[in-house]
Amino acid sequence: MNLRELTNTEAMAEALREEMIRDPSVFIIGEDLVAHGGIFGQFIGLPQAFPGRVIDTPISETAIVGAGLGAALTGMRPFVDLHFADFTTCAMDEIVNQVAKIRYMFGGQAKIPLVIWAPDGAGLSAAAHHSQSLEAWFIHTPGLKVVSPCFPYDVKGLIKASIRSDDPIIFFMHKKIFSSKGPVPAEEYLIPLGKAEIKRKGKDVTLIAYSIMVLHALEAAKELEKEGIDVEVLDLRTLWPMDWESIAESVTKTHRVLIAHEACVTCGFGAEISARIQEELFDELDAPILRVGAYRVPIPFSPPLERFVIPGKESLIKSIYKILGKEMN
Amino acid sequence: MVHSIDPTLHLKMYEQMITIRSFEERAIELFEHNLIRGNIHPCIGQEAVSVGVCSPLRREDYMVNTHRGHGNCIAKGADLKRMMAELLGKSTGYCKGKGGSMHIADFEGGNLGANGIVGAGLPIAVGAGISIQIRGTDQVVACFFGDGAVNQGTFHESLNMAAIWKLPVIFVCENNQYALSTPIREAISVSRISDRALAYGIPGMTIDGNDVIEVYKQMKEAVERARTGKGPTLLDCVTYRFFGHFTGDPGRGITYRSREEMEEWMGRCPIKRFREYLFREKILTEETEKGILAKVKTSIEEAVQFAMESPFPLPEEATQDLFY
Repeated sequence: MNLRELTNTEAMAEALREEMIRDPSVFIIGEDLVAHGGIFGQFIGLPQAFPGRVIDTPISETAIVGAGLGAALTGMRPFVDLHFADFTTCAMDEIVNQVAKIRYMFGGQAKIPLVIWAPDGAGLSAAAHHSQSLEAWFIHTPGLKVVSPCFPYDVKGLIKASIRSDDPIIFFMHKKIFSSKGPVPAEEYLIPLGKAEIKRKGKDVTLIAYSIMVLHALEAAKELEKEGIDVEVLDLRTLWPMDWESIAESVTKTHRVLIAHEACVTCGFGAEISARIQEELFDELDAPILRVGAYRVPIPFSPPLERFVIPGKESLIKSIYKILGKEMN
Repeated sequence: MVHSIDPTLHLKMYEQMITIRSFEERAIELFEHNLIRGNIHPCIGQEAVSVGVCSPLRREDYMVNTHRGHGNCIAKGADLKRMMAELLGKSTGYCKGKGGSMHIADFEGGNLGANGIVGAGLPIAVGAGISIQIRGTDQVVACFFGDGAVNQGTFHESLNMAAIWKLPVIFVCENNQYALSTPIREAISVSRISDRALAYGIPGMTIDGNDVIEVYKQMKEAVERARTGKGPTLLDCVTYRFFGHFTGDPGRGITYRSREEMEEWMGRCPIKRFREYLFREKILTEETEKGILAKVKTSIEEAVQFAMESPFPLPEEATQDLFY
C-alpha cells in the first residue's frame, strides 16, 4: 500500500475529486465554494476541475437542502455543504420532514442519494452559533444515517461510501480536526458505513468515542498506560447505523465502559449507547457506565469558559479512574 | 383563439376535469363511510388549474404537488386505482399505504410527490431544475403551491434561486384565496401575488384560474420559456375551493367565508364554464358527453373496487422502505 500523509481537508477533497470523476451525477452545492474554495478551503481546485458541478448559492440554507433533495430525486448525487452544523437549524424542515421521510412516505419509490456535510464542534472561540455538536438530533430522526469520523483515512473512505449511499447522510466533521494529518493510501478504498474501529486495543476499560473525542481518548489512554491502566479506544466513525457488534465485543472483553462525545451529556448519543449496553449486556458489566460530554449550556465565547464546558483528556482520565474504583494520583 | 387548441385535447381536458371531480366526490363519500381515515383536502372547484397546468407537460416533465393534490396527480397521469388504494391505506397504493391522501407520488410519471408542509415543495422543484440543467435535458418542472405558501421563506429562497440560474421551473400558485381560514387579502401587502415576480425579475401573471383554456395558454407559454432556457415564471391562478380546507371543516368553510361569496364562486364553476364553451364551439355534443361521463364513471368505480378489494399492508411492513 502506498501511504501518504494527508490532512483531513485534503483527504476529503481527494474523495470528492475521485467520486466526481467516477460518477457524473455527483455535484457539490453550497455557499462560498467557488471563489472561496469552501469556508475551510476544503473544495479548493474542484470548481476548476469540474466546471458547472460546484455550485455557489445565495445564503438560503432552506432552499440549498431542499434543492439537494430535488436533485437527488431526479437522478443526481448531490453533496450539500452547509458551512456549519449550526446552520442545519435553518433547514430543519427540509432535513427532518423531507430528506429523512420522502423515501419511506412514498413507499420506497425514490432513492435519496444525498450527503449533507457540515463542520461541527467547539474549541475555536466561535461562540454559540458556530460551535455546536447536534448529531443526536439526526440520529433520533428515522430515515437518516449519521457519520462523524476523526482521521483522514476514515474521512476519505466514508465520504466516498456516503456519496454512493442511496439513503441520505448527515456527515459531520469537527472543525478542529481539519488540518490534522494521517496516513491515507493512494489506492482507492471505501469504508463501509456502520463499521466502528478499535484505534487502541486494551483490556481494562472500553472508551467509546467519535469525532475529536477519539483524539482526546487516545491521549488519555497513553497517559493511563503509564499508570498501568489499559484502555481500549473504540472509534464509532459512523453513528447510525450503530456498530453494535463491535461495541458488544469490546464490552464483553473489558466489562467497563466510558462513552465520550463533545455534545452535551443530556440526551446525547451516549445515553442511547449506554441504555443498549445495560439492556443487552447487563451481566457483563463490572461497573456503572459513565458518560463524558459538554455541560448543558450554549458554547460560550471566552477561552476559559469554552474550555470549561467542553470535555477533554482530563475529564476522560478522571472518569476512567472512577469506573475502575481507583484514586487518582 | 378557440382553435389554437386541438379539439381532441379539449375533450381530453374536459374528461380529466370530470374525472378529478368524480374521483374526489367518491373519495368524500368513502370518507363519510369511514372507509378513508384521517382527512381529505378536496380540490373540487380548482380542476381548471390542475388540468390547464398539466396539459402542456410531457410525461417526463416533473410535477411537485401539495396536500390538496388529487387533481394534480390525475392531471399528471396517475393511475386512479393506485391513487384510490393509497387513500384507503392499501398495500397496492402508490406509497403502499405509507403516504395516504396527502402524500401521493408517482415517480415514473414525473410526479415527485405531494407535501404536507406548506411551501416545502418549492425548493424541491428548484433542485429538480438544477438536475435538469446539469443533465442537459429539456424537461421542465411544474411546481404547485397554494396562496398560503407565498408567505413561507421557501417561496423567496426558491424563486430567487430559480431566477438567478434561469431554471426551467414554472411556479404555479393555486390561489384559492384562503390559507386554511386566512384570506389572501389580509396576508399580502401587494394586490396580486404575481406582483412579487417583479422582485425576482421574472414574468408573473395573475390569471382566471377557473378558465381552463386561459390557464393552458399561459402555462404553455411558460413551459416554452422554461424549455428554451429563458427561466422560471410565476403563474397566479385565482380559483376557489368549493369544500372547506379539509373534510373536517364545518359547513365547507362557512366559519370564514360568507355564503354569498361561496355561492358566487360556485356559479363560476370551471367545469360548467368549460362545458358551455365546448357546446358553444360545437366541440362537445350530448352524445360525446354521455360517452365521457360513462367512461369516467366506470373508471372511478373500477378504482374504488380495486381499492376495496386490495389487502391492507402487513403491520411489519412499517419497518420497510427506509434505512431502519
